[in-house]
Formats: sequence, C-alpha cells, structure tokens
Amino acid sequence: MFKNSINSLFLIALSGFCSSIISERAFAGGRSEPWQMWFQDAASPVMEKIIEFHNLIFVVEISIVVFVLCLMGYIILRFNAKANPEPSKTTHHTLLEVVWTAVPLLVLVVVALPSMKLLYYADKVVESEMTIKVTGNQWYWTYAYPDHGEIQFDSYMIEDKDLKEGQPRSLSVDNPVVLPSRTNIRLLFTSADVIHNWAVPSLGLKLDTVPGRINESWVHINKEGDYYGMCSELCGVRHGFMPVHIKAVPKKEFSAWVEKAKAQFSNISSGSETKVANLEKPFDKAATGILKDRKRK
Amino acid sequence: MRVGQGVAMGNNHEVHPSGWRRWLYSTNHKDIGTMYIVLSLIAAILGGSMSGIIRLELMFPELQFIQDLQFYNVMVTGHAFLMVFFVVMPAMFGGFGNWFVPLMIGAPDMAFPRMNNISFWLLAAALILLLLSAFVQGGAGTGWTVYPPLSNADYHPGPAVDFGILSLHVAGASSILGAINFIVTILNMRAPGMTIHRMPLFVWSILVTAFLLLLAIPVLAGGLTMLLTDRNFGTTFFEVAGGGDPILWQHLFWFFGHPEVYIIIIPGFGIISQVISTFSKKPVFGYLGMAYAMVFIGVVGFVVWAHHMYTVGLDADSRAYFVGATLIIAVPTGVKIFSWLATMWGGSIEFPAPMMFACGFIFLFVVGGVTGVALANSGMDLAWHDTYFVVAHFHYVMAIAAVLAIFSGYYYWIGKMSGRQYPEKLAKIHFWLFFAGVNILFFPQHFLGMAGMPRRIPDYPDSYAGWNLVSSVGAFVAGIATLLFFFIIWKTFSSGGKVQSNQWGPGATTLEWTVDSPAPFHTHEELPVTNSHMPAE
Ligand SMILES: [Cu+2]
Repeated sequence: MFKNSINSLFLIALSGFCSSIISERAFAGGRSEPWQMWFQDAASPVMEKIIEFHNLIFVVEISIVVFVLCLMGYIILRFNAKANPEPSKTTHHTLLEVVWTAVPLLVLVVVALPSMKLLYYADKVVESEMTIKVTGNQWYWTYAYPDHGEIQFDSYMIEDKDLKEGQPRSLSVDNPVVLPSRTNIRLLFTSADVIHNWAVPSLGLKLDTVPGRINESWVHINKEGDYYGMCSELCGVRHGFMPVHIKAVPKKEFSAWVEKAKAQFSNISSGSETKVANLEKPFDKAATGILKDRKRK
Repeated sequence: MRVGQGVAMGNNHEVHPSGWRRWLYSTNHKDIGTMYIVLSLIAAILGGSMSGIIRLELMFPELQFIQDLQFYNVMVTGHAFLMVFFVVMPAMFGGFGNWFVPLMIGAPDMAFPRMNNISFWLLAAALILLLLSAFVQGGAGTGWTVYPPLSNADYHPGPAVDFGILSLHVAGASSILGAINFIVTILNMRAPGMTIHRMPLFVWSILVTAFLLLLAIPVLAGGLTMLLTDRNFGTTFFEVAGGGDPILWQHLFWFFGHPEVYIIIIPGFGIISQVISTFSKKPVFGYLGMAYAMVFIGVVGFVVWAHHMYTVGLDADSRAYFVGATLIIAVPTGVKIFSWLATMWGGSIEFPAPMMFACGFIFLFVVGGVTGVALANSGMDLAWHDTYFVVAHFHYVMAIAAVLAIFSGYYYWIGKMSGRQYPEKLAKIHFWLFFAGVNILFFPQHFLGMAGMPRRIPDYPDSYAGWNLVSSVGAFVAGIATLLFFFIIWKTFSSGGKVQSNQWGPGATTLEWTVDSPAPFHTHEELPVTNSHMPAE
C-alpha cells in the first residue's frame, strides 16, 4: 500500500517534470510558478550556462540513481533466500574493484572540466558599462549608483496588507532596483551589519554581503522585466522578509529614470519616501573595516 | 597485559552495583551504551518536535502559528544542534559503539571505564545547557552555523548564545574523551588473533570516526572560545571594526563542520556493512577496500571545508581547488555502495526489518550522494546555495540516511541488548511508513530549491505553497512512524519473546553473537581467540 503511494507520487512527479521541460513555454519571467520543479527561466548569460551545465550533470545523476536502483532491484529478486538458498562465498574480484574505482573517476573528469569553465566564466567581470553597490542591512537592501550622481535608496519589503494589485506577496518592495537591460553591470556587495546574501535565481546571481568586505560580481540582463529574489543567508528575525526586486528597463528608459531618481533620492534632507535615518550608514560603516578588493583576473 | 586485564575484570565480578548507583557511577560499557541510547531517544523527541513545529509553520504560506520570528529561528537552530550532537552521535558512536566495539573485538570492556562514565555525563550536562539556551532571553536564533556578526553580542545580546557555546564546548569535551577511549580500546584491547585487518567493519567505522572527532573538535573548540571572548571580553577575532574577520569563523567552523558530517554517517556505514553481510549470509565483499574507503573519506573530508562557503567571495582559484577535492570523495563513496551491492550479489538474502532499513539506506544515500556531486560544483551553488535543494541533499545523504542506519542497527542488535525479540511485522510497517514519510517530506524540497526557495525562512512566496504542503504531509507521516517506533520499543520490552545468543543464523559471524542474549554484565572474561574474519563461525 505504501509502496503504491510512493509509486503514484513518483509518476505524478515524473510527468510533471517531463511536461515542465518539454513544453515550450513563453518566458515566465523573474520568479517561480506554483508547483515549479525546475529552474526559473534564465535571463542572463550566467544562468543560461548554469542550466546548460546542469543538463549534463543531471544526466549523470539520473543514470547513477537508475543504475544502482535497477541493480539493487535485480539483486533483491534474484538473490533472495527463496530464489537462491545457497549463498556464494565470493569476497573479491580485483578487476571489478578497479573498474568501479576508475569509471567514477572518469565520470568526475567529465563533470569537472565544464564545472571549472562555468566557475571562471561567472567569476570574471566583463568590461562593465556601469556599477551599482548593494548593501545588506537588517532587514532591507540599500542600492547606490556611483556612476549616476548621488542616487542611493533603501528597498523594503511591502507588507502583505499594503500590497497593490499584481504585486507578488513577500517579493515586492517599495523601491525596486532599476537596471538597464542588455548592459554589462558590475555589482559590488557589502553589509552594514550582519552577513546577508543577495540572490536573484533567474539571473544566476548569489553573493554574500559581508561587513568590512566588498564582493564583486556582474550581470547582463537579457530581457526587460521584473526579477525577484530573496536574502539567502540567515541574518536575524526578518531574514525571510527582505526580498530583491530588479526592474530591468531599456537603456533609454533607464536614463529617464536616473534623472527622476536624482531628484527623488539624492537630497538626503528632503523627506523623500526613503527611510532617512538609514541613508548614510552603510558605506561609512563598511569603510571603517578592511576593504578587500578581490583579485582581478 | 591483555590476559591481566581479563583477570582484573574477573576479580570485580561480584561487585554488581544496583539502583541509581548502577547508572550514575557506571563504568560498564553496556550500561553506558544503554544510557547513550536513552539520551538519544529523549533528544530525538525534542529535536523531532522542533522539526514538526517548523513543518507546521511552513505547511501554508504566510505566518499561521508563529508570530515570534526569533522563536522560529530558535527552532531551526535547536533542531540542528539536537539532531547532530544529541541524537545521531550519541546513538551510533556512544550507544552502539560502546555496546558493540568491546563485544566485537573480544575485549572485556572499554580501555578507560571511568572516562567513559564522565564522557556520558558531560553529554547529559551539555544537553541541559543547550535546552537552557533555548529558554533564556529569546534563545539563539543563529542557525547551527553560528555565523558572526549575527552571533555577536551586538545582534544576540543576552546569555542564550553563550549557553549554546558552552553546551558545544562540553559536548565537544565529551566527544574527545569518547574518541580517545575508542582509539585506545581498539588499538590495544583486541583479543588474540583479532588483527587490525580482521576487525569487523563496524569497529573500523568507529575507529575512523574517533580520529575525525579527535582532530576536528579542537578546531571547533578554538573557534568557539574566540567567539565567546568576542562576545564577552572585548576581543575582535571576528569583528571587522577591530581588525577581525567574520569569514575566519566560517573557515574554522567548517573545518570542523565538514568532518562532522562524516562523523555522523561513517558509523552508519559500519552498521550497514554488518547488517548486509549478516542477511546476505556472505562475508563483506572487498573488505580492505571498504575499510580504507572510510579512511580515505575521513582524510579527504578534512580538506574540502570551503565547499560550504562558495558564495562568501572566495577567490576563484581557491574555489576551483575545493570543487576538485570535493568531487574526489565520490570515488570511495562509490566503492562503498558497489561493495554493499556486491556483498548482496550471490547471497541468500533474508529481509527482516534491519535489512529493509539497510536497503532503504542505500537508496537514500545514493540519491543524496548524486545531489552532493552536483552541489560540489561552485557554479551550481550560484543557483542552489542556501536553498531547499541543499536542505533536501543533506537530509537525504546524512540526516535521514543516518537515522535509517540507526533503526537498522537498533533492530539488528536489540535482541542482543535486551534479550527480547522485537515485533517483526510492526517493525516492517515502521520501515515502510518511515521510508514513505521521509521521501514525501524531502524529495519535493529538491523542487523547491530548484525554483529558488531559500532555507531558514518562516514564510515564502505563494508559488512555493504546493510542494511545501506535500513536504509537511510527509513530515507528519514520518512523525507517525516515529511514534510507532516508540510503541515497538514498549512492545519489545513488555511482551517480546526471548532470543537465542545468535538470533540471525549462519550470516552473523561477529563475536557479539557468541555471548548470551541479553549480553551478560561482563563478557569476554576469557579472551576469545580469533583466526579469521568470521570469529563466531
Ligand atoms: Cu538578510
């Protein structure tokens, strides 16, 4: 009975999985869907490469699991006490032991080579056209645009009761970080208090914000749209309530937004929508520590 | 010297303490082993209830039951600490290790019986400290990784984290004393003819685990002390403003933390090897390969720690090294899985409850193993780090696999420990219920992680609701299975029939099956002489 329930569950899972990878869906955009079993659609070259690499290791994973399960199933049927009353006494087979050591080694080489390629590809910041700084705070993000005047603002989650039509719950923020699409953007990360992690699954972005350090990454957003993520390092009681919302817009629209944002965010003393008290903190505090610039390749 | 030891124990024979003295003052490896198992059962109720609370809150999106979010983080932290340090380790290392290492190598007791006593009672004290930590000033909501600055006095004022640190210190001292005791016992007290290469694999697994503990715990203790002085005495080891570095803590913690996962699972390897060999009625296939695979896993386990830290901003070349080193561990792990299957191949296999749990173990371990190979890649961590994919992975490969190994060992040895037969039918139902439950619980968490759901959050975007509901249903199935297990224990002790000294027949070839069931208070007073891998044959 329990066996059956596992089987049927497995079948449901399998069919759901197959339909999710076979069907050609339109780009769903920036966040997960109900009953999703696979990655969010890639919207950056890094995420595309992650999915490509995963397609390889996924085949390896499934083959190993299926092989071991089939072998175990066969052994259970063929060598149970009823089917095989007289046990053999074999305890060694040198060739077999060499094979099951050497073959996994070869498989690992097949995995490791593209893995290294992906690692260095995601690490190296290509010629960037602009930079933004992300600062983690308990429990909101601060975004700064050093190449665009003094734009700096905080981004808080919108509480459930204040959500407007069409805003996804627990992912929407008051001030999304606006970025130009099809642009190489350098990202700098630091923290004003504890360690946080700024993550956006559909863009293949995930890096800790560490107090006293500046981490660096990059992104190239392929399409306009809204991209969501969440803090991915336990950072205290409201760790689950500091989402990331990126609004990717065409370059022209971005320039227009910059002008607007300069007026809205740069004058600290004027009471804008942002939480004034927190504006100065992040980079001042970070600057007191060691600013570790990562080795450039 | 060996003979002398036996005689010395013989002289004590008539001294047989009873009542509370028998337990509190115990120097008997069997009684101490029993106390470890009882402590592990108590901690399992606590740690299991905490996971029940977590799954209850995560059953639906939005906050339903928990409004105090610090409480949620305390549950996450407490669940991990309890399960790692007070459930799995005491059950396998302290419990089965104490019970069966002396029996299997033909020793009359452990090398240092009084040290054995203190190492148990230190663990009991550590458990009390940990529970205190959960109840003072909001508790420690740091996660079991206790990363500063979150665990610093600025962000966790009050004594909760200090209690947690002291608890780990005391538990660590207990583990180090236990490890020394096992190493000395295994190296010096083997019966005549029981050479290193004739020791049962369970003894090998305890020996490897003991070395891992001996080398890893002091590093944790150093880190914890630095954290303690940071919190209370103004040092700044992990504090940027004073020239310290929070990432240093992560290196120290994971230098201990990664060997720790092998400390949890390697005794399980040992139990599974004994069980599979017994019920296949065959000696273990590739014995030397099996033993040295554990040694290799233990050694390499010390040089892969930063694969837990791919997203802290490590240099790419360092990450490349840790990817390579981590992948290598798949090779000895594969050797173990294939050798278990080869042990079964050609056997005449019986399937009582311990063997069913052993087969379930292989399934979980393979599923968790392949996701481990995937997670070893730094590039994949850009997608998976700190998501439910990691939660699914380590529960499969280490947590639930270890628990299946414990259940397997329990049913395998309970006849020897209590002299009574467990109810076979109920035990089989227990297996199917638990196995189904944990798979329904953890398999969907792979999907949640793929879709990007972070771990350690009490609420989540609505799109993750479906699989979270399935997962919580699985948790309640597993919970019912665990209640059934406690009923089985009660049934065994209240109405289980007597068992013979060797209840498993010709496949059970290790020395514990040569002594009566239940094993008498003192065993191997005359040292058994061994001349093969199968001394009991
Ligand atoms: Cu955070």
